[in-house]
Amino acid sequence: MRFERVITPAALFLVAFLVALLPFERSGGDLSGTLSFLTVFLTTVAIYGVFTLALNVQWGYTGVFNFGIAAFFMVGAYTAAIFTKPPSDTEFVQYTGGFGSFFSPDFLDSEEWLRFLVGTAAAGAASGLLAFLLSIPTLRLREDYLAITTIGIAELLRRVVIEERSLVNGTNGLVGIPQPLGGWFDPSIYKYVFLIVAVIVLVIVFVAVERGIRSPWGRVLRALKEDEEVASASGKSVFAFKMEGFVFGAVIMGIGGSIYGYQLRSIAPDVFDHFFGTFLIWAMLIIGGSGNNWGALAGAFFVWGIWTISLQLNGYDIPGALQTRIFFIRDFLIGSMLVLILLLRPQGMIPEERRVSIWLDRRMRRSKPPPPSGAAP
Amino acid sequence: MATLEATYGTLRDRWHDYREVARNFIGTAALWLLIGGLFLWAAIDERQLFVIGIIVGSILALGALGLTLIYGVLKFGNFAHGDTMMLGAYLAFFFLTGLVKETRRDTNVGISFNDLPGATDRLGDLSFGYGFLLAMALAAVVVAAFSVGLDRLVYRRLRQRKSGIVIFAAASIGIAFALRSVLLMVWGPEPRTYVSGITPKNDYPLDISLKTNEVFTFVVALSLSVLVYLLLFRTKLGKAMRAYADNADLSLVSGINTDRIITWTWVIGGALMAIAGVLLGLQANLKPELGFQLLLPLFAAAILGGLGKPQGAFIGALVVGVSQETAVAFGPVLSNFFELITLGLWSPDIYISAGYKPGIAFIILILILLLRPRGLFGGIT
Repeated sequence: MRFERVITPAALFLVAFLVALLPFERSGGDLSGTLSFLTVFLTTVAIYGVFTLALNVQWGYTGVFNFGIAAFFMVGAYTAAIFTKPPSDTEFVQYTGGFGSFFSPDFLDSEEWLRFLVGTAAAGAASGLLAFLLSIPTLRLREDYLAITTIGIAELLRRVVIEERSLVNGTNGLVGIPQPLGGWFDPSIYKYVFLIVAVIVLVIVFVAVERGIRSPWGRVLRALKEDEEVASASGKSVFAFKMEGFVFGAVIMGIGGSIYGYQLRSIAPDVFDHFFGTFLIWAMLIIGGSGNNWGALAGAFFVWGIWTISLQLNGYDIPGALQTRIFFIRDFLIGSMLVLILLLRPQGMIPEERRVSIWLDRRMRRSKPPPPSGAAP
Repeated sequence: MATLEATYGTLRDRWHDYREVARNFIGTAALWLLIGGLFLWAAIDERQLFVIGIIVGSILALGALGLTLIYGVLKFGNFAHGDTMMLGAYLAFFFLTGLVKETRRDTNVGISFNDLPGATDRLGDLSFGYGFLLAMALAAVVVAAFSVGLDRLVYRRLRQRKSGIVIFAAASIGIAFALRSVLLMVWGPEPRTYVSGITPKNDYPLDISLKTNEVFTFVVALSLSVLVYLLLFRTKLGKAMRAYADNADLSLVSGINTDRIITWTWVIGGALMAIAGVLLGLQANLKPELGFQLLLPLFAAAILGGLGKPQGAFIGALVVGVSQETAVAFGPVLSNFFELITLGLWSPDIYISAGYKPGIAFIILILILLLRPRGLFGGIT
């Protein structure tokens, strides 16, 4: 109780305070600069929030051990780029597709929104298909087989992108990915618009995950995570439900990848390495609290906050020996924080809730005032 | 009616049993045939690549042996294995040269095996002196102690809480990344080598040319594997370890000391990891990110042999090593194969770049998981 009431809010507040204070202080009190910095920060948190929610579906609720988020991340980002960019017009930049102009028919200014909807949907579909294919050999076996298989597919896909230059332009990556609604707004205020877009996507994903988890389907997933044998004894196909949970999470990861591509405007294979594309998201979910969607979001905010603070600190006049190492120190902190959380507080910053049904929520709200938060159900 | 249904049910059950047996048999037979075919083809057509593959495979075998031992006794996949190998390799580098990274340049701490009299004099055709051997041994001791300490600090607590295997795996991944960042902090991201300068290749019969370093690597890896085999199958400790791996409850009832078994598992696993890392550093440049890339071939080797089966891990590692190294020669073979089965209608020009080496381990992994997830020697699924 003490942890959730005191330590979690204090930690989140401290990170928020430092994230806001450091750019303000460094820019010498430039308020608008700080505001635009915070906008980019929050956009990134929203995108990582999509990923932590997706991982929460897979790990927190289904108990599927996906350690190749980078693969789904990459498939999502590249698919979205292929579906929104115009075809290549020089021979120095080679990529397949470039369906952007195809999905911009001449009505209602569709160039600004339709192709992005198509791109995001295609990203989710491609990522889900990959998860479906991977689940066939692995999900019937012990959990860690999926982990090593997903590590492998992340490595292999990155290799394919690098080696097959004509596929998506090899190591140089794709640049100039168009941005949704980009033509309707002035570039100087576009980042605020994009924050709204990212938050809308996050809210849709959040509602979808909450709805899914608090449904009969979601309860089967959670039962599976607790005890597969009991769940299968009640006539639930363990394999089918695990696969559904895995694919559902992967679809969300694909969607997150597409939004990431739209934000950065350029993607290259080295972005999707194991640390940045996979481990960071795992650390976010486990530190925040797996099995709780609010915990997943809190973790994304907290870990990305630490990430940003270390970047800011690097701008100060610190000793050179520290300056070259500050990112490694940050990585070490995040890695050991993950181990410490698993040892000392496996439930994370915001623990899993026990009540799982929308229907029960409603009935309890109607019959009596809600119990004080934290009371055991 | 009821009898008919019962008869049908019995028949169906029996059919399912037969099918299961047949599938297991065919899966194993198919795997052995594939491996035999690969080795035969490689040994005849690509002799040089085959020998290099065996050498790389013998390095992988040391890592996979440790991995499979830890899996057998502790029942979890140690995802920090590759990074611990790199820790061993970097420690040996440090003991040998005394170098750590300062801000831009390296600085020497002033005490190292290279400072011993005559430590850098080359031993025969090898590229290193006896200082290297001392550094390797010291790194093995330190990494073994480190592994035991890590078990006490992290894994034992998780065991006491009866955490699921995935919690162990997640913790080991956290440790893997923490270790990698420590290596980056102390020695920086640039590639490192134990000894600079090139060593000549010697010619051997059958058109094979090898560096003496490579022969040394193979001899060390092979003799250590034999030692581990003798330890597991000829000593009381090894017997206890195998008993504990097979059935933990039963072995506890027979009075086997769990703590002792687990400590020894980490000591052996840790020493093997360190030496595998050092031998790898002798073959290629050391880079901190190599550790995570090693996981895939190591796991593929251990799973191919059957998790928990040391003899399986050794053969599995040789298969992974040979297929990775000969992968560049697969292209024409595949082209000919397609030309043959389409009766000459389709002869694609297939070229497999060396960048796909990690992909080969992945394909092996998927093939075993589909054909026979228990592996060649019937390990844990």
